[in-house]
Amino acid sequence: MTLDDIIASLFPDGHEVRNDKGVILGSATLRSGGRMLVLGVADRTALGVDEAIRLSGHVLESIGRDSGPILVLVDSDSQRMSKRDELLGLNEFLAHLAKVLIHADMNGHPTVGLLYGHSAAGALLATGLATRVLVGLPGADPAVMDLPSMAKVTKLSMEALQEKAKSTPVFAPGLSNLAQMGAVHMTWSNARSLADQLEALLAGMPAVQDRRDALGKERGGRLKATEIAERVHDLALQAR
Amino acid sequence: MTAPLKDISPAERARSTSFYEASARTRLDLLLDAGSFVEFIGPEQREVSPHLKIFDLPEQFDDGIIVGHGRLDDSPVFVAAQEGRFMGGAFGEVHGAKLTGLLRAARQIGSIPVLILFDTGGVRLQEANAGELAIAEIMRALMEARSAGVKVIGLIGGRSGCYGGGGLIAGCCSALAVSEPGRIAVSGPEVIETNRGVEEFDSRDRALVWRTMGGKHRRLLGAADVFADDNVQDFREAALELLGLVGPFGLDRLRAEQRRLADRLRSFGDCGDAVDIWTAEGIAHAEAVPELPADQFIALANRIGRTSRDAR
Amino acid sequence: MEDLNFQHQVRARADGTRQRAIVGVVASGNLEVLVERSLPDAECVVDIKTAATGFGAVWSAVIGDFVERYSPGGLKFSINDGGARPDTVSLRLAQAVRLIAEAGQ
Repeated sequence: MTLDDIIASLFPDGHEVRNDKGVILGSATLRSGGRMLVLGVADRTALGVDEAIRLSGHVLESIGRDSGPILVLVDSDSQRMSKRDELLGLNEFLAHLAKVLIHADMNGHPTVGLLYGHSAAGALLATGLATRVLVGLPGADPAVMDLPSMAKVTKLSMEALQEKAKSTPVFAPGLSNLAQMGAVHMTWSNARSLADQLEALLAGMPAVQDRRDALGKERGGRLKATEIAERVHDLALQAR
Repeated sequence: MTAPLKDISPAERARSTSFYEASARTRLDLLLDAGSFVEFIGPEQREVSPHLKIFDLPEQFDDGIIVGHGRLDDSPVFVAAQEGRFMGGAFGEVHGAKLTGLLRAARQIGSIPVLILFDTGGVRLQEANAGELAIAEIMRALMEARSAGVKVIGLIGGRSGCYGGGGLIAGCCSALAVSEPGRIAVSGPEVIETNRGVEEFDSRDRALVWRTMGGKHRRLLGAADVFADDNVQDFREAALELLGLVGPFGLDRLRAEQRRLADRLRSFGDCGDAVDIWTAEGIAHAEAVPELPADQFIALANRIGRTSRDAR
Repeated sequence: MEDLNFQHQVRARADGTRQRAIVGVVASGNLEVLVERSLPDAECVVDIKTAATGFGAVWSAVIGDFVERYSPGGLKFSINDGGARPDTVSLRLAQAVRLIAEAGQ
């Protein structure tokens, strides 16, 4: 599905969503009549300081003025890899975008990420992984790092990595691996109206508490994370 | 004329210990009040990474991060210290979960601050998906803790710097202290060079790396709030200073940060090098900044006045 | 990776009252040593996980020398080794024995 197809299927009741050189900004009408803020990254655009500041500004303008949920559409490259972006403090721009989304989610604007293309590393952390619920569409291909780069850094062959990837979902790219880890909560169907699926999700949003580690354990992708976090948490409560 | 070892005060010992050279355990030992540290899930628990065997890689009993509780000038603090020499201090499943649990507890308690001693290259590739998720969960837990009134202070000055997802977590902290050897960025120098070529970034040009990502530039840019000399006592004092200055978190801070970052883009978005930014900030002989000793640099940075404590 | 295990009978109990100590870092050319006071006074055990395979005889000699010199009775040493040289191994073992003998927990 193209971005236009996706937006049309999500918002048959109308929308004002623009794709400006890979930066998605706008809002849309929900089936229920309410409004949803829409933002995101399109066309596998790298997420750099220039893109991130516009996205965070869009959310901040809306908070306090509007109510309602927020949709983050994701088809990005990784963070922009450039001297200029690092010189200007890219880590702050990406963190700021994530913080704005997290704050919105904690304060009456539930956030939904919709991964419909690619994303990686810092870009994924600042967008899809900063939402309360991350949904995947079939064909989406998120990655933390691509296998060729991983092969270069680990000094293993691609074949060796691919072989290891058969026995664990913990490092290789892909929607199903990230779903098993607890990062992607659900995958929607291309064959049904996205508006229907969005409406069902918004009607039944999980509580605001971050349960991705528990989800990862239920799905068998992360067996240690939730237990370790709980143990440290309990020890810390006793220690004061 | 040298004092016998047992006559050196803890402060003197901390002042004469390089933060950069010290292990994570030594940093905590000298940063916190003597004997006050209690570790959570210490190495004797042997909670190692379950994902390194398949790569035939050695494990570390604490999986490269130490978390616990201690006192700083007699006040309680939670601490996390990454060991940058184990797998580049990178975030794996267990490593990350220790910090997530600490932040969730801090949120629940509300009154005890958290010090994070970053020393990380980012996500541990062998556990890439688990590491990336851990970082996302840490960012969430950190912001929930700050929203509950918890101060989270980041200290950056280790061998691995603060890269990748670590840079994003640092960007979520209430305030940051950084030393000259410290670096903060998202992509590492080699990764930029591999992806964009040596004309874009020569990763072997150490001076360039430090001008672009290093502690002095981050302090002058306002990407870090306090500059510390490279010793544990200076970092201890920086942490105390920041704990005293940091205010409560709220929406107004995010709005102020939006303005701060937009201003930075407007003012410096066309600068080709850090020296151009420092010159634009009004520093005469900007090319001499890297050579300035710590005390002169701190005075200069404070004169420039760029701090972002209320806008992060 | 290779797992090695050595058990020794020693003449004296190791000094101190601390229950455990840790030294070192797992990195190339380095190792961590976790020492626990968990055995009967005359016994010493060394468990090693090492990234450098095929050096069993060298480890045996280094551990043998260490045990003979320090008589670390009652101590169990658990090592994660990133391929350290024998002198670095000896150094860490000595540091561990000194640390567990220090005052404190």
